[in-house]
Amino acid sequence: MHVTSPVRPPLVTGAKTYADVTEDICRHVEAKPTKEWWVAFIISVVVLIYGTACVFWTWWEGLGVWGLNKTVGWAWDITNFVWWVGIGHAGTLISAILLLFRQKWRTSINRAAEAMTIFAVLCAASFILMHMGRPWMAYWALPLPNAFGSLWVNFNSPLVWDVFAISTYFSVSLVFWYIGLIPDLATIRDRARSKVSRFIYGSLAMGWTGSAKAWSRYEYISLILAGLATPLVLSVHTIVSMDFATSVIPGWHTTIFPPYFVAGAIFSGFAMVQNLMLITRVVYKLEDYITIEHIESMNKVITLTGSIVGVAYITEFFIAWYSGVEYESYAFINRATGPYWWAYLTMMTCNVITPQLFWSRYIRRSVTWTFFIAILVNIGMWFERFVIIVTSLHRDYLPSSWAMFSPTMFDIGDYIFSFGFFFTFFLLFSKFLPVVNMAEVKSVLRSSSETLPKKVAGVAKGERVASPNYNKDAQ
Amino acid sequence: MANPHGKYLVGVYDDDEVILHAVPTLRKAGVKISEVYSPFAIHGMDDALGHPRTRIGIAAFIFGVTGCICGLTLMIWTMGIDWPMIVGGKDPISIPNYIPITFEVTVLFTAFGMVTVFFITNGLGPSLVNPNSFDPRATDNKFVMAIDLKGNRLSEAEITQQLRDTGAEEVNIKQF
Repeated sequence: MHVTSPVRPPLVTGAKTYADVTEDICRHVEAKPTKEWWVAFIISVVVLIYGTACVFWTWWEGLGVWGLNKTVGWAWDITNFVWWVGIGHAGTLISAILLLFRQKWRTSINRAAEAMTIFAVLCAASFILMHMGRPWMAYWALPLPNAFGSLWVNFNSPLVWDVFAISTYFSVSLVFWYIGLIPDLATIRDRARSKVSRFIYGSLAMGWTGSAKAWSRYEYISLILAGLATPLVLSVHTIVSMDFATSVIPGWHTTIFPPYFVAGAIFSGFAMVQNLMLITRVVYKLEDYITIEHIESMNKVITLTGSIVGVAYITEFFIAWYSGVEYESYAFINRATGPYWWAYLTMMTCNVITPQLFWSRYIRRSVTWTFFIAILVNIGMWFERFVIIVTSLHRDYLPSSWAMFSPTMFDIGDYIFSFGFFFTFFLLFSKFLPVVNMAEVKSVLRSSSETLPKKVAGVAKGERVASPNYNKDAQ
Repeated sequence: MANPHGKYLVGVYDDDEVILHAVPTLRKAGVKISEVYSPFAIHGMDDALGHPRTRIGIAAFIFGVTGCICGLTLMIWTMGIDWPMIVGGKDPISIPNYIPITFEVTVLFTAFGMVTVFFITNGLGPSLVNPNSFDPRATDNKFVMAIDLKGNRLSEAEITQQLRDTGAEEVNIKQF
């Protein structure tokens, strides 16, 4: 017998039928772009053009246009890279890990979160290309034989691991996302009125018909892809952390990095998902699909991962002192009390203190609070990477080579580029593709919609759960 | 299922539970069902239709093993045999350092291999024409059962009656 606890609140409110789901999501794909969309899109494109000009100048002129010096050789470039990769992790967590845990609330947000992953990883990759200085040499990171002018790549180096990790992560996420899109693209194809959109969505749907055989294979490979993506996402940020941890720089050389980076990645990623979904939810009127329950669940994850990050910060500090290594303790004391104390304080406040506000039920169910705390989390996580990278470097072993880092307009412009890129692509996605996974939402509708309590009562009286009237479309 | 051709009876159902219960009833009555189309996965439908369990997992495993071997071979050969190099005082062949990339390559091969098999077995792929559809609502809110009249002993009228009895809202005839 199918029994669901009646105390669990519905995931889809508003007594939606299957047809309502299709209609609510497809409406935005089929309608002409709204004025708000155009405004947002034009702003993003303008930002992207400005950023592209800065990136172009960075490549044309060389990395001298950045504020780097001989002491601080990595600054905003790698900060931005780690920040964007971290943001990307939430999408995979939602679609893969929550699938393995059978968390049904993932179905309303996984599509947009995965799209966010893909664009965020592209932004991250752009910083890898930028910091190479000579991006046309990027293929040197691939294992190509000697005839290209150098030895094989050094497979002992975590930087090479990173090349493999990021490219695998990007391509597997893209495939996972696309497989999920196929049934929804077929829905749009079958509803399309104009020949052009029927043709475009038809070719994107690749001939999906929704046959039982195809669905059973779909479910099977979704499960395997989730099983692969889960260790993959953990490995990616582990390897990113090893870019630092396998070095011998005090402040970087710590074994706590992999778990601490992974938690931080999920933390910042969920914050970004909150920011994006809270806007999408209002603009597309998806309040029935992305409910306060969804927001609350994500806030709980933010509190958990934020607390893990907080514990990691304190552990790191403790170990730096307890180990008795002079350089290590200096690196940490300098972080907190040296010239970059303000960056450290921003990191501590935004990452450790503000997410704790979510212990209050009122705050974690409040859209406004969630939005602002999520922004603070993203600011804090950017500063975390900045603190780790710059404060560990800027006071070298010899006081004569101590230096400070100050960004130039090209450091800032290249960072702005990634925002323009990200939002341009996210807006295109939200206009032309379904922002909610319709097929998966429909599959949880029976067990998690508002009509459920009636059904449960019906079962108790011995009625059949399935009544042919269940899905009568609202006329 | 390959693109359907011929004359079909199409039962349109309104509810996933109803069609899931209808399938065994119809099969017991001797109706041969070609395929069921639904807007989302109905758990238990492939069992009800008697479809064999998909073997795509075996394919995925084989791709994974291939990826694992390819990754390891590449690294051992380049670092240890083709141009032996000592980096950081480690042996030219130091397996622990190769684990991260071996893992990534394994995942990459498994994912892409499995998805390729998924596309081939489902007959999905880039195409200029859309597949024959029994009912366009099958990707929206209806659950569609297709019955090939050629392969059935029962008459059209008998099957139509059976479909109606099991809860079909509409019974249509589709000729491709």
